[in-house]
Order: sequence, then structure tokens, then C-alpha cells
Amino acid sequence: MIARQLLAAEGGNEFQAPGTEIFDWGPLWDGAPSWLTKPTLIVALSVIIVCGFFWAAFSKPKLVPRGVQNIGEVGYLFVRDQVARPMIGKDGDKWMPFLLSTFFFILVMNLMGVIPVLQLPAPSHIAFAIVPAAVVYVLMVFLSIKHQGLGGWFKNMMFPPGLPAWLYIILAPIELLSTVILRPFTHAVRLFANMFAGHLLIAFFASVGYWFLIEKLTPLGSGLGVLGFVMSVVMTGFEIFVQALQAFIFTLLAASYIGGALHPDH
Amino acid sequence: MGVLAEVTGNVGSIAYGLAAIGPGIGVGIIFGQGVQAIARQPELYNTIRQNMLLGFALTEALALIGFVVPFVHS
Repeated sequence: MIARQLLAAEGGNEFQAPGTEIFDWGPLWDGAPSWLTKPTLIVALSVIIVCGFFWAAFSKPKLVPRGVQNIGEVGYLFVRDQVARPMIGKDGDKWMPFLLSTFFFILVMNLMGVIPVLQLPAPSHIAFAIVPAAVVYVLMVFLSIKHQGLGGWFKNMMFPPGLPAWLYIILAPIELLSTVILRPFTHAVRLFANMFAGHLLIAFFASVGYWFLIEKLTPLGSGLGVLGFVMSVVMTGFEIFVQALQAFIFTLLAASYIGGALHPDH
Repeated sequence: MGVLAEVTGNVGSIAYGLAAIGPGIGVGIIFGQGVQAIARQPELYNTIRQNMLLGFALTEALALIGFVVPFVHS
């Protein structure tokens, strides 16, 4: 705090790190409906982009793919071979429409965090992380009851065979808690918190750079400003990686929950 | 005797520092063992990476919950 005051003392005002207020967005213009904010605009844009991309890629499929279809097929094969087949098994291909659209929808929503002008990952508002996670959770409960029966589901969940009897006293409540409550919670919070933290981090470094290089340029502070600028570039690169990884992990976990519901034995 | 040591500011940051210890160790173990497993059996790379990322995601959730709680609580 002292260093900051020293470096930016002239104006009498000190550097303020951005807080949660950078996530508050009002209606887009005066008189706009109250739900029409920047995050909802980004979600709508993501839906349009994903639909448009797959429409362009697969509406008229050719045997020898060209152009957009090539990219679409690479994406499809990636989700099928890395997520659907290893996690669900032979009938994984049946779940591809759901998994592919989930993956790309979340990927595009996340990548909105590094696209200039927009620069807000939609899942940094927890509502947009809860809804996909809730869809997966409802699907998992429905499939579990359909394929294992209500009693069978709880039995497979809480009493996996082949363990010493006394262990079930500890295992059963933990498994019940982790499957029914913690799964959907962590599924949503993981995506939300990654995007939230990443956006806050970029905003922090960018505002350090702006403050010490433009707002309050001093000989001593300029080094810190350059550091902030460089770090905001580095963090943007790192965020692209994290955003892709989180979309992948979200889909991977969704597939693993679905696979667990369909085939409880492994 | 006056105040010997004082902490001001958001206590949530200390809470997050503490909450990051466990997942930090866990993520380190997961990737360390994962790389070791890949070095021993490079042909199982896909399977190992799959499980590595799954374990990473489950462990990381703890750190992220620790990160979110101060914001929710304040």
C-alpha cells in the first residue's frame, strides 16, 4: 500500500484495484428492458455463433470436406474421441449432439472473455454456469432412475460391491453427499469461478498498466506499469488456455456423469 | 502494551490462502504422478491424460470454492 501511495501520490488519489463491480452491467441503453444487459447479449451472440458455425459446416456435408466443414469435423472428432467414447463407451456416439453443442456453446461463451470490445466471459455470472450444470444434473438423475431404478441407483451409488463391510459406514454418506449435492454444485462453481477469477485477474493487470502508464505516469511507477501491461498480455494468453480447458472439463464431467448413469458397473 | 501485530483488509484473502494449500498439494501430486505414469507407459497417454484432467478438475474445485466463498460471504 505504501509503495502504491509513493508512486501515485501526486494527485492525492491512489490506485484502486478493480473489484466485483466490474461484473455489474446495467441495461444496454436507457429505456432498454432490464434483462437486456451485456452478459445476456453475449450469451445470445454465442448461441448465434455456434448455430451459424455448425450450419455452415454441416448443412450441406460433402464426402471430401472443404473449408468450414474441415474445422467442424476436427471439433466433432475431438469431442467424440476425447470425451464421448472414453467416458460413455460404445453408445457414446448417441450423446454426441448434446456433448458437442455443450462443448462449443461453453467454449464460445468463455472465449468472449478475450474478444476485444465484448471482453466478458458469460459464465463469470454464476447463472450462466448453473443452467448447463442443472441440465446435466437433471439428465443424470433421470437416466440413473431409468436405467438402474430408484433403489438400484442409491444402492450402486452408496454401496459399491467388493469393500469390507465397516467401510460402508463412512463411504455411504460421503458418496450420497458427493453425488447428489456436491456434483452439481462443483460442476457449476468450477466453471463460474475459473471465469470469474480469470476476468478479475486480467482486469487487475490491465488497470495497473493503465494507471501507472497513462493516468499517473511517474518515473518510478512506469516500471510497474510496463509490468502490468506485459502481465495482462500474458494472462490473456493463459486465459485462452484456461477457457478452452474449462469447456473441455465441463463436457468431460457431463459425459462422465451420463456414462455413470448408463453403466453403473464401471 | 500496545498492539503487537495487526492485520487489516479483507480477511477473505487469508482464508483463500489457507484454502489453496490442500488443492495445491493435490494438483501437484496428480500431475507429478500423471507425468510419471506417461513416462512409464507412453502408449497409454490418452487414458492417463483423461484421468489426470478428471482428477485435476475434482481437486481444483476445492480451491475454487475457497476463492468464491469470501465474495459470497461479504
